[in-house]
Amino acid sequence: MPSSFRNFFLLTHFMEDSTTLKQEKENQELVEAGQPWEEMVTASSQDPESGLSEPPEVEQGPEAGPQTRSSPPGIPQSGASTPVDDLTGPGASTPPSPPQEPSTSLSPLALARQDFMAPWQSNKTTSVISEAGTPPSDHLEQPSDKGESTSHQTCQSEGNTFQLSQQTKCHLYGPRDVSYNNSKEKELRFAISQEKDSNSNYDLDQPESGASEMAPNMLEIAIQNAKAYLLKASSKSGLNLYDHLSEMLTKVLDTRPENPVDIIENISQDVKMAHFSKKLDTLQNENEMLPTYEIAEKQKALFLQGNLEGADQELEDEITEHALPNVMESAFYFEQAGVGLGTDETYRIFLALKQLTDTHPIQKCRFWGKILGLEMNYIVAEVEFREGEDEEEVEEEDVPEERDNGDSEADEADEDELPRSFYKAPQAIPKEESRTGANKYVYFVCNEPGRPWVKLPAVTPAQIVIARKIKKFFTGRLDTPIVSYPPFPGNESNYLRAQIARISAGTHVSPLGFYHFGEEEGEEEEEIEGGRDSFEENPDFEGIQVTDLVESLSNWVHHVQHILPQGRCNWFNPIQKSEEEEEEEEEEDEEKEDEKGEEPDYAEQEVGPPLLTPISEDLEILALMLMAAD
Amino acid sequence: MDAESLLLSLELASGSGQGLSPDRRASLLTSLTLVKRDYRFDRVLFWGRILGLVADYYIAQGLSEDQLAPRKTLYSLNCMEWSLLPPATEEMATQTSVVKGRFMGDPSHEYEHTEVQKVNEGEKVFEEEVVVQIKEETRLVSVIDQIDKAVAIVPRGALFKTPFGSINVNRTFEGLSLSEAKKLSSYFHFKEPVELKNKTLLEKADMDPSLDFMDSLEHDIPKGSWSIQMERGNALVVLRSLLWPGLTFYHTPRTKNYGYIYVGTGEKNIDLPFML
Repeated sequence: MPSSFRNFFLLTHFMEDSTTLKQEKENQELVEAGQPWEEMVTASSQDPESGLSEPPEVEQGPEAGPQTRSSPPGIPQSGASTPVDDLTGPGASTPPSPPQEPSTSLSPLALARQDFMAPWQSNKTTSVISEAGTPPSDHLEQPSDKGESTSHQTCQSEGNTFQLSQQTKCHLYGPRDVSYNNSKEKELRFAISQEKDSNSNYDLDQPESGASEMAPNMLEIAIQNAKAYLLKASSKSGLNLYDHLSEMLTKVLDTRPENPVDIIENISQDVKMAHFSKKLDTLQNENEMLPTYEIAEKQKALFLQGNLEGADQELEDEITEHALPNVMESAFYFEQAGVGLGTDETYRIFLALKQLTDTHPIQKCRFWGKILGLEMNYIVAEVEFREGEDEEEVEEEDVPEERDNGDSEADEADEDELPRSFYKAPQAIPKEESRTGANKYVYFVCNEPGRPWVKLPAVTPAQIVIARKIKKFFTGRLDTPIVSYPPFPGNESNYLRAQIARISAGTHVSPLGFYHFGEEEGEEEEEIEGGRDSFEENPDFEGIQVTDLVESLSNWVHHVQHILPQGRCNWFNPIQKSEEEEEEEEEEDEEKEDEKGEEPDYAEQEVGPPLLTPISEDLEILALMLMAAD
Repeated sequence: MDAESLLLSLELASGSGQGLSPDRRASLLTSLTLVKRDYRFDRVLFWGRILGLVADYYIAQGLSEDQLAPRKTLYSLNCMEWSLLPPATEEMATQTSVVKGRFMGDPSHEYEHTEVQKVNEGEKVFEEEVVVQIKEETRLVSVIDQIDKAVAIVPRGALFKTPFGSINVNRTFEGLSLSEAKKLSSYFHFKEPVELKNKTLLEKADMDPSLDFMDSLEHDIPKGSWSIQMERGNALVVLRSLLWPGLTFYHTPRTKNYGYIYVGTGEKNIDLPFML
């Protein structure tokens, strides 16, 4: 009986129509009759034969425990027959489950049920036969779909036959007119339908029974369809809705939570998870969590490498201390300003930088920043190599390339057999030497701390010039081609390098006086012409008042060389084909440069040379540029 | 982001580089609870921060029970004292569309915009230059409104619609699964739907009326204006809007944590089609 009750209301649960639950009263009667309800609901836990006993029993049915799908497949069928007979007896009005069954004659329904049951593989279905004989409408289906509401009304035949005919679409939560003698159940709408024990329901049902018998076939078919649909196993999980709903309702009735209607989704999920905790989880989750584990492994390596190598590096401690900045400390200061990546991410970056310094002969290393990309981001480290061999390798690769370019230009001009073009491509401006100008630092990038660092190639003036004209997003992959107009010579790694160079040149500032020029470096006059490009920390720097720093921009100076429109920091005269800079011609060119607006390099400052120009000068240039744009 | 899970949310959203300093965080925690009490909000969201030249605006929004009802927006300059902003109107939007450039940071700052208007005097038509003054507060309101309408998002399933029409927070939202989290269609715009009616019948058949009642991100124009990234392996999904750079949405799959925050200059990225 408990099962039957459960089945009953499970069915009703699905019924969404607000069909009167008077039919339910029939259920009650049926319950009392102890008739097993033949139900679509597969959640038959108890033997269907338990039937519907008194409503109290019925209530307790579901409480008997989690649905135990014990009823063998055969039972429904066999049970179908017996309950049919029993149904006639008691008038258990509230069929626990099957939502609405149009009242049909008991036997036809029972038979129909049996037939219906046969093909169903679900063994849980407890057969509750609606004596009404009206095939249960698709109680399990969406409410509005079946228009069988009317039929169920007629279902209930008072007395024995349990009318599964609750309206086909009894909405579980829908309003039910059925008087529910069990106050508790009232909260569960569906329960309401079932618990009717009033005989009054019978009266309602009876007149309808006649009508419902009119179209039993259609109803049967519809019910079969509905039930078949509900029993369809999900391709993902192997569950079917029928079973799931019956389980859910069983669980609700067992646990009797407060306001179950509000948390029914949670209950549903819990029920599902109870199924799947066994095998499918491991299979499914493995693929999904793999990247997480990978990156966690890599980062674990990061953490460990610090520990392992710490002992060996005692000798080199001095060097490493200088090389690696105190990333955490600077992160702390940045955080005060509201800029930062979060403490653990910063720590991982610190470890990654440490790894970088360990693997390369680096003199100075600094965390430059993070560039966001579409698919992945870049973490950029600014590195200065020791006076060593690593840079030369890069140079060797690049120098032959440049020579080839120069030769090819000449060749093309000569080999033209068609009208000779007098056009000679302007000589490519050579990139600056390493360690000077825009290539003063070498930059390494990685996508995430823990991944290997990749060295970015040196930047050429042409790349800088074009990078100024285009605006593109980074994707996160260094080999992505940059499609733009004007066409960018290079792929994403070059574009990234160019942008880094521009950002450094434009925005790296320091307080006035922090750096100063070494005073022992050769003749000052010559150096001014070439532009000073080196500076040292000023040991006598005493700091400037914070208020001064905030109020006036002239207290901040650039310490990175400005990049000329040409794309270099140091002027290169393309008219001359030699790559050497001659001072005399430079002077003439310098004047021209002044007119072009490259004043910041040559503006005179109290501080001195153009390298340490206060950023107040920037505003003038910015204003000029804006006005030009307008 | 919900004010109640502020610290965790800020940690999760910190990948974009812009966050809050510790003193701001602490003051937010206290002041937002007070705001919630004073204005009787059901939920208070810390919306984000608009960077100005002189000062930054910190923006918070308060929601009532119905999640899609018009939200009340408050701003503060110091994260302690909050002032209510007027609701946005169409007129404001057109008025402020002519103002470009950064925010100043002073709410009483007025932008001057000269318009050429034709004034009819009798039979003659004069062209007069009228200087229209637009207050920064108005601009702030309309920018916040635009950002909300364009890029404020929630994951599918986080809100559900009751049959009575009101929209509630789904307490049983367990988070998106990993495969769902990578798809744009699992995220909805947090506003009244505009395109739902245009869906084909096939699509409508699969929709769940209680969950799919807002526009998804799939059909946003231009295509590709969202960048989806997984951080920490697959443990955190971050969506960044490319149309309004600075809008970061984060969600930890299989958990209830999600939220969005805007930290930016308040300028739309109209170069987006060229940058993709």
